[in-house]
Amino acid sequence: MDLLRIATAGSVDDGKSTLIGRLLYDSKQVFEDTMASLQRASEAQGLEEVNLALLTDGLRAEREQGITIDVAYRYFATPKRKFIIADSPGHVQYTRNMVTGASTADLALILVDARNGVVSQTRRHAAICSLLGIRHFALCVNKMDLAGWSQNRLHEIEDAFRAITDHLGVEQVTVIPVAAAPGDNVVDRSTNMPWYEGPTLLQFLETVEVADPARHAALRFPVQYVLRPQRDEYHDYRAYAGTIAAGEVRVGDEVTVLPIGARTRVTGIDRYHESLESADSGTAVAIRIADNIDVSRGHMIVASGHAAPAATRFTADLCWMSDGKPLCARQQFWIKHTTRRVKCMVESLDDRLDVENYERLASPECFPLNEIGRVTIKTLEPVFIDPYAISRDTGSFILIDPATHLTVAGGMVREVLA
Amino acid sequence: MTLEQATLPAARHSDLDTVEAEAIFIMREVAAEFERPALLFSGGKDSIVLLRIAEKAFWPAKIPFPVVHVDTGHNFPEVLAFRDRRVAELGAKLIVGSVQEAIDRGELVEERGVRASRNRLQTPVLLNTIAKHEFNAALGGARRDEEKARAKERVFSFRDDFGQWDPRNQRPELWHLFNAMHMKGEHMRVFPLSNWTELDIWSYIEREDLEVPSIYFTHEREVFERDGMLMSVSPYLQMLPQEKTFKERVRYRTVGDMTCTAALRSEASTIHDVIAEVAVARITERGASRADDKFSEAAMEDRKREGYF
Repeated sequence: MDLLRIATAGSVDDGKSTLIGRLLYDSKQVFEDTMASLQRASEAQGLEEVNLALLTDGLRAEREQGITIDVAYRYFATPKRKFIIADSPGHVQYTRNMVTGASTADLALILVDARNGVVSQTRRHAAICSLLGIRHFALCVNKMDLAGWSQNRLHEIEDAFRAITDHLGVEQVTVIPVAAAPGDNVVDRSTNMPWYEGPTLLQFLETVEVADPARHAALRFPVQYVLRPQRDEYHDYRAYAGTIAAGEVRVGDEVTVLPIGARTRVTGIDRYHESLESADSGTAVAIRIADNIDVSRGHMIVASGHAAPAATRFTADLCWMSDGKPLCARQQFWIKHTTRRVKCMVESLDDRLDVENYERLASPECFPLNEIGRVTIKTLEPVFIDPYAISRDTGSFILIDPATHLTVAGGMVREVLA
Repeated sequence: MTLEQATLPAARHSDLDTVEAEAIFIMREVAAEFERPALLFSGGKDSIVLLRIAEKAFWPAKIPFPVVHVDTGHNFPEVLAFRDRRVAELGAKLIVGSVQEAIDRGELVEERGVRASRNRLQTPVLLNTIAKHEFNAALGGARRDEEKARAKERVFSFRDDFGQWDPRNQRPELWHLFNAMHMKGEHMRVFPLSNWTELDIWSYIEREDLEVPSIYFTHEREVFERDGMLMSVSPYLQMLPQEKTFKERVRYRTVGDMTCTAALRSEASTIHDVIAEVAVARITERGASRADDKFSEAAMEDRKREGYF
C-alpha cells in the first residue's frame, strides 16, 4: 500500500470542509464518538443536520467563527491506499497556510461551487499549487444539486478551468462533478448525474498515479548527522546519516563530497541491522565512504559528474509569511536548505506574481504578508541547490528571522547565478 | 490489465516505510540541532514505537539523549516494569519526573473527590523536569490522528518560556525543513510520529516484533463501570456507593494513568488480533478509553496550551 498526499484548496464557502467530512464519513473513517460530538456541536449551532464541516475545524476559534484558520492534517486509508490530506484555509489572508499545505502534496484537490464556477480564488489556488510543484489537479465541481445536476454547467466550468491549467502548464487534470452535502460522487456514485461516466472522487484518489517521471536522477544526499558509536565492537565505524533527497546510491558508486569537492567511493549503505546494496530517494540510511574526508552536517554527498552547484547567488520565488514586518531588499536571514543553515541576504526584490491574473508585475518596494514574488538571494557560504522544478527537496528552502527565530518565508530555487 | 497498469513502477515504498523514514529523519534533526534533547517515554505503544525509531536512527551508536518518564504514581505496575526493562536493554539513561514527590514536597496539591485524577498534575512536573535538566527539545509520540487539536500541531511545536502552546502563533512548516531555532528557556516539543495512525502503530509493532506491556492484550481484571467506561479497581480510584465491581475479560487501547484510562471488553490476545480489532473499531482510541478528554469539546486544546504533553 502506498501513500498519497493531498492538498485541498477552495474558497471559503464552496464546501471544502463538508467535502472532506463526507469523504471521511462515507469511507467509514469517522468514529461513533466523533459523530456524537459533532451532533452535539451541530445542535449547539442550531443546525438540523450534522455539519460535516465540523470534522475538520478543530480549534476553538475555528468552531466559534465557522472558519478554518490553520492547516489541518487528516488521515484515512482504504484497502488500496493511505491518504494524508493537508486541509488549508481558502481565504486570501491565509495564503501562507496554503503554501504550507501544498509544499508536501502530490495532488491538488480544488473545489468550486457549481453555481459560481471558476472565481478569482480558484485561479489563486491553482497558481499556488502549480508554483509549489504539484503536477496533478483534481477539480471537484461541488453543489451540483444546486445547479440542477446540469451537464452543460459542468462543461462550462471545466472549459474555464482547463484554460487556467493550460496556462500554468499542468498536464494532469481530472474534473469530477459532486454534491458533498448529500454525498453524490464523493464515495458513492451519484444517481442524479447518469451522464457522468468518470470515477467518483474516492475511486479517482485510490487509482491516480502520481509517480514523477521528471524526478531528479542524480544522487543528492544531504548529511544530517555523523554516526560514530563509542562502543568496542564498532570501534572504527564511521557513517553519515541522512535521507536521500534525490536519485539513488549504490555500493561502489563514485561520489563527490561538497563543499570540499573531494571524490570518494561508497563502501556501505546501512539501515539499522541491514546492509543495503542500493537505496533510492526518500530512504533514511547511513552511508560509509572509502576515504577519510572531513564530512559533517550540512555537507552533501552527490553523484560525481552530476554535482549540485555550490551557489552563493540565485533567484527564487518566495512567499513572505511574516505578519510582523514586510520583506524589503538588503534584509538578512538564516536560510535553511536541506540540512544546512547559513546566513543570507535578500539582495533584491525582482518582481511580484499576480496569482489571480498570472502576470509578473514590477516589484513593490517591500513584500507584505502573503506576497509571492521573485527575489535574488546572496548567501555568505555556498548552498548546494538544484532548481525546484527538477528537485523539490534540494530546490526548496525557508528563511528564518535571526532576531525572532520565526520562519518568515518559504522559497523555491529558480536559477543559479553564481 | 491495461497497458497503463502494466507500466507502473513495480517497487514502491510502502506507506509504513515512508512514515518510518520520515520519523527517522525528524529524530536525527533533533539530535543534530539541539544541545539537550530528551525522549518522553510513557511505556505506551506510541512511545514504544518512538523508542524503536530512535534506536534505528542512530544505530550502531546508542541513542544520544536520555529517556524521560513522568510518573504520576498511579501508573500500571506492568507498564513500569516494562519501561525499566526496555530502557536497560537499550543502554539508555532514564530520568523520572515524579508527581508523588512533587506532592510530597508540597509543590502540587492532589485533586479530591471521586473523579480525582493526576492527569493535570503531569503538566507542571513535565515542565519542571524539562527546566531542571535544561532540555531544549522533548520528543513525544503524539499523533495528529488522535485528536482534533493535535491535527493542527506542528512536527516541531514551539513552547514559550512558560512551556505553553499558542495554536494561533505556530511557525509555518514547509517541505521537510524544520526550524529548530529558539532562545534560552524556550523549548520545542517534537512529534516524529505526527503522520502515523493508530493502525500504522500496530502494524509497525507487528512488523518490528516489538514487545508491548501485557495490559494491551486480553486479561481478566476486576473493573467497575463509570460513564459507560470500564475502570480498573485500584487504590487510586475512589468508587461511588452505587458502583459495583465485577470481573471482565478486557484489554487497554491506550496506556495512561490508572485513574483516567478505561479498559475495553476484548478477547484480543495477539498483536494480530489487536490489528483486526483496531481496523474495524468504530470509536476513536481516546474516546474509548480516556476520561480526561470528555470534559469539553476543547479539553485537549486547553491542556496543550498549558504545556500538556
